[in-house]
Amino acid sequence: MVAMPAADEAVLARRAAIVAALRAIVPGEGVIETEAEMRPYESDGLTAYRQLPMVVVLPQTTDEVSKILRYCHREGVKVVPRGAGTSLSGGALPLADGVLLGLAKFNRILEIDYDNRVVVAQPGVTNLGVTHAVEAAGFYYAPDPSSQIACTIGGNVAENSGGVHCLKYGMTSNNVLGVELVLMTGEVVRIGGKHLDCGGYDLLALVCGSEGLLGVVTEVTVRILKKAEGARAALVGFPTSEAAGDCVAKIIAAGIIPSGMEMMDKPAIHASEAYAHAGYPLDVEALLIVELDGPEAEVDSLLARVSAIAKESGSTTLRASTSEEERLRFWAGRKAAFPAVGRISPDYYCMDGTIPRARLPEVLARIRALSQQYDLRVANVFHAGDGNLHPLILYDANKGDELERAEKFGADILRCCVEVGGVLTGEHGVGVEKRDLMPTMFSKEDLDQQQRVKCAFDDKGLLNPGKVFPTLHRCAELGRMHVRAGKLPFPDIPRF
Amino acid sequence: MADTLKPRDEADVVEAVAWALVEEKTLEIVGQGSKRLIGRAAQTDLTLDLSGISGVTLYEPEELILSAKAGTPIAEIERLLADKNQELAFEPMDCGPLLGGETGRGTLGGVIAANLSGPRRPKAGAARDHTLGVHAVSGRAERFKSGGRVVKNVTGYDLSKLVAGSWGTLAVMTDLTVKVLPRAEDVTTVLVLGLDDARANAAMTAAMGSSCDVSGAAHLPARIAAKSAVAALAKAGRGVTALRLEGIPASIAYRRKQLEKLMRPFGRLTALGREDSLRLWRAVRDAAPFADGSLRALWRVSTAATAGATVAGKIVAATGAEVFYDWAGGLVWVEMPTAIAEENAVRAALGGNGHALLIRADASVRASAAAFEPQDDALAALTRRVKESFDPSGILNPGRMWAGV
Repeated sequence: MVAMPAADEAVLARRAAIVAALRAIVPGEGVIETEAEMRPYESDGLTAYRQLPMVVVLPQTTDEVSKILRYCHREGVKVVPRGAGTSLSGGALPLADGVLLGLAKFNRILEIDYDNRVVVAQPGVTNLGVTHAVEAAGFYYAPDPSSQIACTIGGNVAENSGGVHCLKYGMTSNNVLGVELVLMTGEVVRIGGKHLDCGGYDLLALVCGSEGLLGVVTEVTVRILKKAEGARAALVGFPTSEAAGDCVAKIIAAGIIPSGMEMMDKPAIHASEAYAHAGYPLDVEALLIVELDGPEAEVDSLLARVSAIAKESGSTTLRASTSEEERLRFWAGRKAAFPAVGRISPDYYCMDGTIPRARLPEVLARIRALSQQYDLRVANVFHAGDGNLHPLILYDANKGDELERAEKFGADILRCCVEVGGVLTGEHGVGVEKRDLMPTMFSKEDLDQQQRVKCAFDDKGLLNPGKVFPTLHRCAELGRMHVRAGKLPFPDIPRF
Repeated sequence: MADTLKPRDEADVVEAVAWALVEEKTLEIVGQGSKRLIGRAAQTDLTLDLSGISGVTLYEPEELILSAKAGTPIAEIERLLADKNQELAFEPMDCGPLLGGETGRGTLGGVIAANLSGPRRPKAGAARDHTLGVHAVSGRAERFKSGGRVVKNVTGYDLSKLVAGSWGTLAVMTDLTVKVLPRAEDVTTVLVLGLDDARANAAMTAAMGSSCDVSGAAHLPARIAAKSAVAALAKAGRGVTALRLEGIPASIAYRRKQLEKLMRPFGRLTALGREDSLRLWRAVRDAAPFADGSLRALWRVSTAATAGATVAGKIVAATGAEVFYDWAGGLVWVEMPTAIAEENAVRAALGGNGHALLIRADASVRASAAAFEPQDDALAALTRRVKESFDPSGILNPGRMWAGV
């Protein structure tokens, strides 16, 4: 288990005063301080980690958020922001000496602007809520993480969430046009808007995926897309995952970017089929779901090309959806893969590395070997189009050291991802879960530079500390320069 | 003329920056210098010329990625991609002709550092959206990397996208990895003739809001269209609104019918085939109508798409400028009648709803005008702190974007 920073006893001793100060800012039921009422906030989607916060506050306006942060900044009190708490990496894990700042009451859509194809929403609106608000007019919001029914748009910004359609339509970062952000000092800055690109530094790119460490987002402007006229999905079965991987590479090399391209291995196929009855073939080692969207003529033509490529790659089964119901059923199995695996194992641990796609066969072989080594089963679902792996490690937390073994197994998988040129996390975030693995991917200089950027936003390190960075440094220490005595580059560097 | 340092590799860059730090020298960071005249004119002690750090180091078409050193000519990259029917989907602008230089110049580092994207921007994203990873040297003379070589990555802050668009003020990029995409098999352009700016803006809004998957929407008022190298525009004798469709032929044929149905109420329709389409959209991308060797002040204004005609109308009324529109109205190219920048008129018309960048002006104007969009106090302070987190001594392109940054 990853250790969190030690609680500051001096802050805990002032709890009553802090609660009173928060009550003065957020009246009524917006401040929660009893253990029973705080219990629902003790963990997020990474349930192996639990911690009661010092106090929970649920502001309703940007002004309240600003006042809370200004107060906490002045008093040196840590703050952990939280959306719906669906993070799979512990991004919203509370701190014993920290204020948990919940954005659940920021649940209104502020503006729908079809002409500019944007929605302005408060951060607590759910991901699916954005799509629901605009679907009658034929629009949708593209990033679709599997938790989209519950997860919030503010949380999506914090985590730079993906989903099964980001191969063609991008991640959150590619779909957010503007934010209102409250800094730890209480200052409110607006970045971007309905126009494209920032007029200065692209701070939007920084805020997307910053895991609640840079500021609290109080308003989000996202772009919405007109729904394609149609979409069809194909289920393609392969005797080996190598053949399936080969097929994916060939589809892309042929110039086709499907709207979704997912892969599942045999254990994942069987678990999903037993749960969702999507009609998956059970006698294959790997299953691809390839979805194409657009006008009928385009979808049919590309589907024919995909079918030919699949055959050429050695597919043994291929079924294309012939109705919208069937297409959704194909997806239902994939989208339910996590809960389906949850039915065949008391607990599962979901990993999230991304790899260069061509390395898939060796990474899967390595995962199989690790599965034997740790004596834990594993099921693989995979955003095949963009190389994002989700191995699900099956374990039982009540059995001896299984949790510990699962965590070690997971860490080994992620190290393997980095070794082959990939990354620790494709869409779930670093949080506490992968915090201590950061040095496998980043040097000290890399991490120091990231933390200096953090200092530009949060000079006292009060926002969500203990997440993302394995070692906490004081900003003054990070800012110090260690410049060597000047060595003239001129003798060596061509100069003219 | 400032002295030039021409590093051969990343290690040389570290040496050069370390030396500049100790000697308290400021550095101008350039690739081939094709965008050197854009924005604020700043004084630096030396030039750090990255054109010697060049070469594609990795290109995997089936992984949709390409890695290259910062000084790699963009033309070389585009040729390599074209061989595999791929491209940089954000359509990097060729600034040469606009600024009195040659065509086909520019480096990958420069393209990403400027984050200037072409007509496909609304659909495909900006240069920064295609920036997956960078290796760079900070103003502390420290190497760092961010991002990676995979498309889907949320490991740590996305410093790659921050450095994109920072005009060399944060760090000296040495290696970059970008996302590449298949080039469309075919392209057609539907033209709507005779619309005034407001009506054209409405037509483009309707087109972008349809399922036709329009990948470019530009409006050229009559005087601008008349300058076009494409005969259909040059001879139109009126304003031309251009809507681009890309994809496989079967899909384009279908969408063209849909789009024409939607556009018919707006005005008379005609269409461009593949070659004319390519020529037209290249011209729109490069603001070619204003690339006539003059030094008249030229602005690139980004605003909400539906506000384009209104913002432009105010600027034209106040200054007599010539304009044309890209991004369905969200990007307005504004050429002033003279070398005077008229920044107050531009900023006032924009009213904070977007940003304007002075792309071209003579040196004296660039030295005094606020070339980049001014920021409010909180954002300006945050911007300065971000700058200092990379470059505490302010030695990298100081003053390139704003005074003091």
